[in-house]
Amino acid sequence: MSRRVSVTEDAEPGEDARRLSGIGIGSAGVAGPVALMGAPEPPPDPDAPPSAAPEQETERALHALSQVAAELGRRAHLVDGEAAEVLEAQVMMAEDPSLAEAVAARTVAGAPAERALSEAFGLFRATLAEAGEYLAARVADLDDLAARAVAAAAGRPMPGVPVRDEPFVLVARDLAPADTALLDLAKVLALVTEQGGPTSHTAILARSRGIPAVVGVAGALSLAEDELVIVDAAQGAVYASPSAELVERTRRREASRRETAARASADTAPIRTPDGREVKLLANIGGVGEVADAVAAGAQGVGLFRTEVLYLGAVEPPSFEEQVAAYRGVFEAFDGRPVIARTLDAGADKPLPFLPLGEEPNPALGVRGLRAFRAEYEHLLDTQLAAMAAAAEGTGAELWVMAPMVADAAEARWFAAKAHAAGIARAGVMIEVPAAALCAREVLAEVDFASIGTNDLTQYTMAADRLVGALGGLQDAGHPAVLKLIAMTAAAGAELGKPVGVCGEAAGDPRLAAELIRLGVTSLSMTPAALGEVRGALGQVRFG
Amino acid sequence: MQRTVTVASRVGLHARPAAVFVKATSAASLPVTIAKAGKEPVSARSILAVLGLDVRGGEDVVLETEGDGAETILDKLAELLTEDLEG
Repeated sequence: MSRRVSVTEDAEPGEDARRLSGIGIGSAGVAGPVALMGAPEPPPDPDAPPSAAPEQETERALHALSQVAAELGRRAHLVDGEAAEVLEAQVMMAEDPSLAEAVAARTVAGAPAERALSEAFGLFRATLAEAGEYLAARVADLDDLAARAVAAAAGRPMPGVPVRDEPFVLVARDLAPADTALLDLAKVLALVTEQGGPTSHTAILARSRGIPAVVGVAGALSLAEDELVIVDAAQGAVYASPSAELVERTRRREASRRETAARASADTAPIRTPDGREVKLLANIGGVGEVADAVAAGAQGVGLFRTEVLYLGAVEPPSFEEQVAAYRGVFEAFDGRPVIARTLDAGADKPLPFLPLGEEPNPALGVRGLRAFRAEYEHLLDTQLAAMAAAAEGTGAELWVMAPMVADAAEARWFAAKAHAAGIARAGVMIEVPAAALCAREVLAEVDFASIGTNDLTQYTMAADRLVGALGGLQDAGHPAVLKLIAMTAAAGAELGKPVGVCGEAAGDPRLAAELIRLGVTSLSMTPAALGEVRGALGQVRFG
Repeated sequence: MQRTVTVASRVGLHARPAAVFVKATSAASLPVTIAKAGKEPVSARSILAVLGLDVRGGEDVVLETEGDGAETILDKLAELLTEDLEG
């Protein structure tokens, strides 16, 4: 596996730090201590010989148990109620004298610490498991303890997200949604991942929460627990053990950046190009919960309302009434402004249980987006379109509705006819498939507007999986090939007098926003956290 | 010295009652064992062993310890087990 990024020592003269590079998300620069995210623990090798004398193995194993007890005890103080009780019970288990005896009996007999721990936990696990459902939750607690203790003995970070009292820089191989759900983001100064590209889950989370991140960093896992690092998202760099001078310089630069962004947030005057064209800055949201952030950030409307986010865990399709209620909250908040709602976008990376698509050898190229509705779930589309129209009625919001993953004019025509029949005046499509961009004129002739989804358009144009960190360098919406497709689409829109916006991550990248407008894009839609900075960046640009 | 006690907590010696009991025996000056009919006695200072006994509410357990102050310790522990420890 080849990597685009590299580890270099003392990359910049006079800077006393080891520099790691990757892809920066955001433009903030922060300094803080590293907290490593533990990877799931593999079971210890049953045949591994002990690495030291039995007394040392015993000490290593018992020390691991006390580390686990200390860590969980600290967590117990941070929460209350049932969560605290569970953690306190786990601390008692880790400190259990019978467990320690069982561990020591094994190390004395020649087992390495990891195996002794694993086997001793296994002994008690079997007893608890016999008791059946009464103790099922305790069995799970015990398994969690065992994984932590084995990791601690091996000198690896304990599994799970770190919990700390003081702010930290989270360093991980990559982050899954399940990890970040447990993460107290208020304590996270920055995210650094070894894997992942600019559209990975980590990057999207970082952007939406305004947390700086550097992803796809080769060597990230070589950073030590508690090591001081500077995360410079603007440069896509991580500096390990920096000099005090470099920390101070970063701090001053960050203060001035914040000042600029604050000034830009306060100035919500419309962005205009020299030819008098207004470019709307819109927000990407997943539900009514993000409306307040969008309005506070000065969004002139919603450019992407991801309706599937409301139903990610739903087993049954949402009813007409449920949908009307969920959409209305969003529409009401944007009285007199446009809201572009996207129909349910199911796919391999965001499966909807009520819309099963089956196993596919290549899900990115499979039945997803509009294709799912056309294949077998047409009734779900009909219900959703009717619910959107009903929810918008009387709210004053300007409802625009678009379909994802449209490949050609025939699909665009099929969708627009359905949307218009449901009483929706503005029906559009997302341009994410290169074929649709290449034939943008024919596609746009069938609909009222288009919105370019740069994440997927880049993935499909560059033939680079969004989720493969090693290909992060190809996941560049600023690549000339992608920009050409965007320009073609915008030109077709201008010719036909139809709006063409961008709602992918590229729209929220201050370094790309001006370029997209030069190409003729009529609106930029981004996570609310990015609006201030993009507005600031555009304010400093002269469009010609 | 032995003492047979009926466990009052409805959930038995699980969850919180088990934790309260083990904390009390760990603080006692003598090691105590706990047994249930049909099972070997186990250390009452081991939360894992106590949970593993799977004592239900209303079941009898046998507490045992030897030495100076054994009587006082068993009195205290018996009192604890006959209270409802769920609260």
